[in-house]
Amino acid sequence: MAAGRTASRAAQALILAVVVGLLALLVTTTADHLQQRGIRSGFDFLLEPAGFSIGESLLPVEAEDSTLRAFAAGLLNTLRVALPGALLATLIGVLAGFGRLADNPLVRGLASAYVNAFRNIPLLLQLLAWYFLLTDLLPATDAALRVAPGVFLSKSGLALPWWVDGALEIPEPGGFGIDGGARLTPEYLAILLGLTFYSAAYIAETLRGAVEALPPGQRLSALALGMTPRQAFVLVLLPQAWRAALPPVTSQLLNLFKNASLAVAIGYPDLVSVAGTSLNQTGRAIECLAIVIAVYLLLSLLAAALSHRLEQRALRGQAA
Amino acid sequence: MMLVTLRRRFFGDGLNTALTLLVLAALALCLPPLLNWAVINARFAPDAAACETLDHAGACWGVVAEKARFILLGRYPADQAWRPFLAAGLITGSWLAAAFGWLRGGKLASALFLAPLLALPLLGGGLAGLSDVPTELWGGLPLTLLLTSAGMAGALPLGIAVAYGRRSALPILRGLLTGYVELARGIPLVAALFVASFLLPLFFPDGVAVDMLWRVLIAIVLFAAAYLSEIVRGGLQAFPAGQLDAALALGFNRWQTQRWIVLPQVLRDVAPSLANSAIALFKDTSLVTIVSLYELTGSLGLALAGDPQWRPFYLEAWLFIAAIYWLGCALLAKVSQRLG
Repeated sequence: MAAGRTASRAAQALILAVVVGLLALLVTTTADHLQQRGIRSGFDFLLEPAGFSIGESLLPVEAEDSTLRAFAAGLLNTLRVALPGALLATLIGVLAGFGRLADNPLVRGLASAYVNAFRNIPLLLQLLAWYFLLTDLLPATDAALRVAPGVFLSKSGLALPWWVDGALEIPEPGGFGIDGGARLTPEYLAILLGLTFYSAAYIAETLRGAVEALPPGQRLSALALGMTPRQAFVLVLLPQAWRAALPPVTSQLLNLFKNASLAVAIGYPDLVSVAGTSLNQTGRAIECLAIVIAVYLLLSLLAAALSHRLEQRALRGQAA
Repeated sequence: MMLVTLRRRFFGDGLNTALTLLVLAALALCLPPLLNWAVINARFAPDAAACETLDHAGACWGVVAEKARFILLGRYPADQAWRPFLAAGLITGSWLAAAFGWLRGGKLASALFLAPLLALPLLGGGLAGLSDVPTELWGGLPLTLLLTSAGMAGALPLGIAVAYGRRSALPILRGLLTGYVELARGIPLVAALFVASFLLPLFFPDGVAVDMLWRVLIAIVLFAAAYLSEIVRGGLQAFPAGQLDAALALGFNRWQTQRWIVLPQVLRDVAPSLANSAIALFKDTSLVTIVSLYELTGSLGLALAGDPQWRPFYLEAWLFIAAIYWLGCALLAKVSQRLG
């Protein structure tokens, strides 16, 4: 036994030595290369001017603002698209999931067609299509579509009523396009729609799987007790399926957060996109990517903790 | 009896009737214009001038014929087109063999690993009299298929090794591997591709220049292996302990038990999940266009972006590509079913 422990210690020491050795080699090679290319390292650049501006942000960034501010604006932009996206995806996903389980063949067919199409085409390709539809096929700003009173859709995005200085301001067609209210850019709309419909298809499928995995006796007993099929679904099947679906749905929503990074492909300034721009400006690839990776790891940890608490609560509900 | 069931299903109660009418109304509203656009008013000849007069009242499917080679093969030299087609055929063939059960067990595994291995020299050349084609020129469907199959072929052995490593008795090894798996699964693939594009060149020793394709493939393998290792680890955990005892009793040593008893069964059990990972990877390969490799999605942009004459018919070309992806996913889903 003692010999075994010594061997195990020796093996671990060897592994550690190899890993440390490789890391040291990596660090020295990288340091050499940075020196050759005249790139300084360190995070001091975060306090220096960003050198680029971000037009679309809750936190306006001008070229002379700090890089740190640009990163913060990027993170806010990621959240600005991922949070509403998560909400909408859950909503549409649940609806489509119900649709796939419906008795009505028309509804079931429609829901299946949606899930099948959106799950089997890459998200990036879907984003490109949304962006093309929003920027090429919509009318120009001066001929904006009036979707609802005070809501206008055109090549330059969606204009909708918004609170300005405490009063609701309603957009109106003016001399140069649409005046007043809030404006959502085509880039934002494309990534929001893309993320929503892609993730919703996965959530629908998860929910359907969870309901179909329940023992058939559950439904039959409910029917035998005199419930209608709809009552059996809502009162007996759904609460049980929801518990089983919770972990995979949380993981789908986490995927949605990670997929928000595809924004870079259509020019929406999310965190990854800002990191890419800053990387090109400063050459500090290691630092910029380290920030991106750290933020996403932190988000993953948060999501894991949250999902753990939800599961615990669901389990307690089951025990009670 | 049939009629009663049908009536109940479509018009069973108020809600059902309302849904039926709603769906029918939506179909009646959408289908005729769609049919008009896609078939009745559409033009199928690659004639840009004639398409322009349509003013999008009908589809211009001619764009697919006009741009097919560019979309399917990217910038690969035209006179060598047979090579990427053959490479794509080899990889698709190995998937078909898995989906329809033409090959099984070890033969199937060899085919799935050999196809990308043969596709590489076929695309790159440099031997058997094939001219050199630099990796920057590879593109389109063969590149999509190559990244998927080579990515899986590289990630599976690594994933198996990581899964075993995380069950090892050595805490340091377990800790390091857990760190790697959580890191890879926590970040988006785009971030991993940025690392491949901007960081890897700094890591390689002097005088070693590695093409973007290889760097991206390294990133894809490391990224996918983390996910595959979790699948294999799940399979190992679910393996019944009684079989281990039985193997020991029969005189198998630890290595033999894993090689001949555990691994074959675990891999067969998790094969459908592995195929589902292949579907995810197949779709994810589209992201490499962000770091300027022009696989199917990238070559679509490349084919149309710089061509004002054909650019208006982006949607038609898009549908062509979407159909290819859809078919690829359907084929891999069939593989997953078959292996289950």
